[in-house]
Amino acid sequence: MKKQAFIFYPLLFVLLLMLFAGGLIYGAVSIPVESVVNILLGEGTERLAWQNIVVQSRFPQAVTALLAGASLAVSGLLLQTLFRNPLAGPSILGISDGANLGVAAIMLYFGGSLSMVTDLPISGYLAVIMAAFSGAACILGLIIYFSAKVKNNVMLLIIGIMIGYLASSLISVLNYYASTDKVHAFVMWGLGNFSGVSLQQLPYFAGFTCIGLLLAILLIKPLNALLLGEMYAANLGIKIKRTRILILLCTGLLTATTTAFCGPISFIGLAVPHVARLMLGSSNHKMLVPVTLLTGSCIALLCNLLMVLPGTHNILPLNAVTPMLGAPVIIYVIVNRKNIQYFD
Amino acid sequence: MTRIFAIETKGLGIGYQLKGGKRKVVHDDLNLQLVPGEVTCLLGLNGAGKSTLLRTLCGFQPPLGGEIRLMGKPLSDYSQANFSLTVGVVLTEKTNAGGITVYELVSLGRHPYTGFFGQLKKRDREIIEQSLEAAGIAHKANNYVSELSDGERQKAMIAKALAQQCPIILLDEPTAFLDVTSRIETMVLLHRLAVDGQKAILLSTHDLDLAIQMGDCLWLQEKGRPMACGTPEDLIMSGAFESFFDKEGIVFDPATGKLNTEAPTSAIGVEGDFLTSYWVGNALVRNGYRPSPVKEGQLNITCKSPHELVAAFPDGRREKLRTVAELVSLIGVLRCVDI
Repeated sequence: MKKQAFIFYPLLFVLLLMLFAGGLIYGAVSIPVESVVNILLGEGTERLAWQNIVVQSRFPQAVTALLAGASLAVSGLLLQTLFRNPLAGPSILGISDGANLGVAAIMLYFGGSLSMVTDLPISGYLAVIMAAFSGAACILGLIIYFSAKVKNNVMLLIIGIMIGYLASSLISVLNYYASTDKVHAFVMWGLGNFSGVSLQQLPYFAGFTCIGLLLAILLIKPLNALLLGEMYAANLGIKIKRTRILILLCTGLLTATTTAFCGPISFIGLAVPHVARLMLGSSNHKMLVPVTLLTGSCIALLCNLLMVLPGTHNILPLNAVTPMLGAPVIIYVIVNRKNIQYFD
Repeated sequence: MTRIFAIETKGLGIGYQLKGGKRKVVHDDLNLQLVPGEVTCLLGLNGAGKSTLLRTLCGFQPPLGGEIRLMGKPLSDYSQANFSLTVGVVLTEKTNAGGITVYELVSLGRHPYTGFFGQLKKRDREIIEQSLEAAGIAHKANNYVSELSDGERQKAMIAKALAQQCPIILLDEPTAFLDVTSRIETMVLLHRLAVDGQKAILLSTHDLDLAIQMGDCLWLQEKGRPMACGTPEDLIMSGAFESFFDKEGIVFDPATGKLNTEAPTSAIGVEGDFLTSYWVGNALVRNGYRPSPVKEGQLNITCKSPHELVAAFPDGRREKLRTVAELVSLIGVLRCVDI
């Protein structure tokens, strides 16, 4: 491990804090910095609306972005290592679509608009999370099943994309039979949003996410062994079956929770692990997991800022912003794969 | 005194358990002994079951029958953790380790010893450094694995197996895809490790010459017949090699240790300087003749030095030759005359 790698921690922390602060200060409604600081210090402000915006909207939104970015990025990293495929990710392998389908089933079939779902009592969003998780888990199970049959990584990715299409087609069927307002709510949810988590829901979202992230950190040792392939890892005493299941549970939980609350967010899971590896110059998970986690948070917070069109009161959909950052990264990585060590 | 073998199998059957309770037996009734301090080479044609045997011994697939004992204890007594302390493997499996350094790769060999997060202690670091040193890859410790040549990569994987500190090391075709120098370096390295560390080393290979040269013991595996085991010399002189290659229409010449598609029949006598006659023999085999002791009534070649060869014809005619090339063209003329 190279010593210089350690400078990334303070660097990313500072960046994270700046972006987080940015998320509190900057938004569609302009609020002076002093007022934001006063509100955060609990000193109150002359306008109640500002207080509401900062406390009820911007703060939970920034925390959500931070956690969702970390979740998706870490899921992507785990999947890339498990499938030994640098182009794996929750959205590519159809796992997001599975979670999507679960949410669609609850939102479109059992009824309830987006606000109804997210305003439901605990049991309500537990149901949404469970549905998302079941959907994600089903797809993961299918992918595992096919990964045993199809050894070729590119072929497996294509199968993942196909399964994603299947899930989408089921969603279309659900959409077709649902009422217009439900469909509208579902489409809005599908555009992706960090603002879907209210201050009251935040602890639950944070709880589930942190469990997943903690699990990922506990998997660092077997993840490193998996770099050598499953047979080598087994010879090093790693229990392959258990590790596989834990990795899938972890990615399932992280992807499902994030998707349930924020909608299917593309590209963060796929691109951030690459950004982290390129920065670090290492695929040693001891550094890579924490750096991916922090980078994911930073990039999600950055997307959160970029969603606000400057000078207007308009907010861009999240899924309009993430590909702008993510797609060039992936194209860069593919074009330069000959010179990138971790492809070998 | 009963000797403790590193690996001992009795009536071992290897193969695959198919659906519906059927079995595909690749080889059965294998009685093998792997000895510490020796390099054993497993030879066999593609499809003979080398990989299946290695995978079975590596614990990656269950045996179909019989018994495997590791260091005197039955395989079934080993937990996965204990097994990882006993048998280290070097496989042909493609790794994704390009983005870690050689040091980090070798440190993975300490996994069975380290705690939950794989934190390396001082003792671990010492062993990693010794392993790097022993495998001759210490100078590349801080390079990325992707920057290594195939030979260096193989050394790094061997260093990983050394860091595992196992008494048994199993290698699946460690010399495949390597150039000549790396092949020899790898074999010399393995031989030294076997002797110095008293490790039992088993490797599968297609490299007949190198196996004969460097293997302390050879296992010749072929479908449908018992494994022939022994030192290369014993196996050659007892004719095991000849019958081993017999079926495939390949001829093994015990006199030269060389393989050919047909046995050279007509003999040419060779005598004289050892080095020269060895290589003259090599040229004769290539051109379809069998080097033999000098005899009346055939072409005999006396080798005085690499630049002084004398060809004596059955009719008493003699011809002086200055290079092997001249000898080869002489033989070419002879063959035309024969026809």
